[in-house]
Amino acid sequence: MFNFGDVLDLPLIWGALIALAVFVYVLLDGFDLGCGILFPFAGSDKNRSRIMNSIAPFWDGNETWLVLGGGGLFAAFPVAYGIIMTGLYLPVIFMLFGLIMRGVAFEFRFKASSKRYVWDFFFFIGSVVAAFFQGVMLGALVQGLEASNRLYTGGPFDWLTTFSVVCGISLIIGYALLGSTWLIIKTEHKLQVWARKVSNWMLIALVLAMVVVTVFMYFSDIDALEGWFSLPGILYLAPMPIIVVALFFLMRKDLSTEREYRPFLLTVALFLMGYIGVCFAVFPYIVPYQMTLHEAAAADTSLSFMLIGAAIMLPIILSYTGYAYYTFKGKTDHEHLY
Amino acid sequence: MFAAVIDQLDALMLARIQFAFVISFHIVFPAFSIGLASWLTILEFRWLKTGKPIYAEVYKHWVKIFAVVFGMGVVSGVVMSYQFGTNWAVFSDRAGNVLGPLLAYEVLTAFFLEASFLGIMLFGWGRVSKRMHFASTAIVAIGTLISGFWILSANSFMQTPQGFMVGADGLLYPTDWLKVIFNPSFPYRYAHMITAAFLSTAFVIGGIGAYYLQSKRHSEHRAHGRVMLGMAMVMAIFVAPAQVLIGDEHGLNTLEHQPAKVAAMEGIWDDETGAALRLFAIPDQKNQTNKFEVAIPYVSGLILTHSFDKEVKGLKNWAPEDQPPVIIVFWAFRIMVGIGLLMVMVGLFSIYKYFKKQQFDQNSVWFHRAWMMMMPMGFIALLSGWFVTETGRQPYTVYGVIRTAESMSPLAAQQVATTLIGFIVVYAFVFGAGTFYILRLIGQGPKPYDDPADENFYEHSVTEGQGRTLSGDTHASDKTEQHGNEDLDSPANDVDDGGLR
Repeated sequence: MFNFGDVLDLPLIWGALIALAVFVYVLLDGFDLGCGILFPFAGSDKNRSRIMNSIAPFWDGNETWLVLGGGGLFAAFPVAYGIIMTGLYLPVIFMLFGLIMRGVAFEFRFKASSKRYVWDFFFFIGSVVAAFFQGVMLGALVQGLEASNRLYTGGPFDWLTTFSVVCGISLIIGYALLGSTWLIIKTEHKLQVWARKVSNWMLIALVLAMVVVTVFMYFSDIDALEGWFSLPGILYLAPMPIIVVALFFLMRKDLSTEREYRPFLLTVALFLMGYIGVCFAVFPYIVPYQMTLHEAAAADTSLSFMLIGAAIMLPIILSYTGYAYYTFKGKTDHEHLY
Repeated sequence: MFAAVIDQLDALMLARIQFAFVISFHIVFPAFSIGLASWLTILEFRWLKTGKPIYAEVYKHWVKIFAVVFGMGVVSGVVMSYQFGTNWAVFSDRAGNVLGPLLAYEVLTAFFLEASFLGIMLFGWGRVSKRMHFASTAIVAIGTLISGFWILSANSFMQTPQGFMVGADGLLYPTDWLKVIFNPSFPYRYAHMITAAFLSTAFVIGGIGAYYLQSKRHSEHRAHGRVMLGMAMVMAIFVAPAQVLIGDEHGLNTLEHQPAKVAAMEGIWDDETGAALRLFAIPDQKNQTNKFEVAIPYVSGLILTHSFDKEVKGLKNWAPEDQPPVIIVFWAFRIMVGIGLLMVMVGLFSIYKYFKKQQFDQNSVWFHRAWMMMMPMGFIALLSGWFVTETGRQPYTVYGVIRTAESMSPLAAQQVATTLIGFIVVYAFVFGAGTFYILRLIGQGPKPYDDPADENFYEHSVTEGQGRTLSGDTHASDKTEQHGNEDLDSPANDVDDGGLR
């Protein structure tokens, strides 16, 4: 039996891989959830069709990263998976309900004739619910979970706090920005003008939300966050607000010009900043402030076995995902004239 | 009143009901996807090979149904990947070292493959070459088979675990991955399940084909009906009997590794030489006996041991708390086997009609009715089979190693009850709507394929103003007549789009 445990820090590698999978999920499903969040505001039914078409070939692949995040957590940190899923029981299941509603709306919307508005509504509300509860879960994780004896010991509503709700709303805004900047790439004419306008507002809202979340964390009593606001942590994190401000102004400028791709990439950079902040707060825990990556890791033999698969498959997955995106490149319009 | 019912059930029972509910709903869709993807691959191959538009028309029609089925499989599958953690945290912790990597491999080797190439399969026509499109269909089909490989390996490990040790901390540790993956029941279960998926799908396709042949409303779909029924007949004639043999082998394997399950399937309480086949019985677990038993001597023993004088172990060899719930296993097994034999009979009927050259004849009313009645049967058999094997594994989650009672998350009954009600409501609504749309697609029937020279007949494009979806429907304009088609020719007309401020 192969075991790389002696030469590699397997829990750390798997922690990084899962963090990466979650981040890729947030970006990819983020833009299609964002499209769902903006969906009812797109003016006309035809525009809504365009928005849906711009994400229809991708949403399934995007959501697979969530399955990789969940499956990977189960595989690499089974005990953490158990504690987190039990602790976040209700938000996880509410998120799943949201994802179900919006997932089937892709198919049903075009099958329905008179009941079309029903699926439009579910596509919107499902996207909002999924985004909100993902943010809530993030907030609840940063606040920490109670656990002992490898089991969750907190109450069923521990996740519900002002802070987690603020995180939920922030993530709705963040996804909306990912969605609107995606639509700048995929649309043109009036819809694109609209997407730029929405991006502008969402950008301002997101940066405000980031400030609010940071202030909340500063005044919170989460011990682990002391690392954020004391030496030497503050030195590492000090450049981040500066980068965020720079990204903000760069994007404001881009949104008033003809640039199409860069606003999306700048949004990705903004998300990266927030994500680094979260990882910095939580590291080295996988069940925040209860179990570290090393304490919760699966057996080295299991991690080694999976690492072989991940090392072979992830580059392949990334290349054919890239191929799929390449196949459907271009605008949601006029491409019909092939 | 409802609260009173909830009070009767403890959290464990509710969690088991919830799992049974979400997994039963889920499994139908992947099974249908497995069958449909392979069938669509064959259809597209025949179309590329013969150039006959009829195959393209059938493909075009069924790919829409496939898209709905696959979509429902995806959303109900995401639920499954979280169900282990939310409701079965202790099981996840203890079995995670072994089962986690199998599921991770499923995601890495199958889910991404299916999801990415599904996009190309459904929307890629005209954007990729015909060969590439065919390759995408085939890759999706292969993806469904790979996915089945890992999930059935994981399930089979829970039935017949090997290649692991139990640590001092009570956790399972893998010692030999090949033994874990290729555990004793896996090859049988995989063959049995994939064949079941193919058969269930074939009976749906054949039933709809028979419906098109008989229905007056579908006189223009007779030719499509012939393709569907003809291909399904091949499955009924050759694969249904093969499935009986595979099932028999699977049963022998179960007898070797999980004799208590077989005893429950057969309703045998006391050790029995020349065991009788119980055609009917009401197993009474409390008194450890059967009521109203109707049995044929020797038959069960003959099937199970392939001899007249070997002994079959009875359920009383296990303490009552180690026995599975017999009545569920017993009856689910009878439903599965009964439907399997019905399938074989439909296969024989098909041979007869084939040699009389009447299989597509309008006058073969009863033949076509038989096919129509079989439509849902495959899935009923498939679910019954899963009830046999999963209920028959009780009272364990990992057979002989981890008990179901000790697998659950620390949750209150109210929590589980709330989410269970939520799942029932959401699933009833979502899958009810999905079934409705599938039935409507079937009611519409395939559309004519007018211009064989048109490479882009498929009209799958994401980049159009007109709404198109996974299944390539072009109904988006139904409700947007005021925009009409003209603005597709001129994107500049978009400026006139109303509503945006």
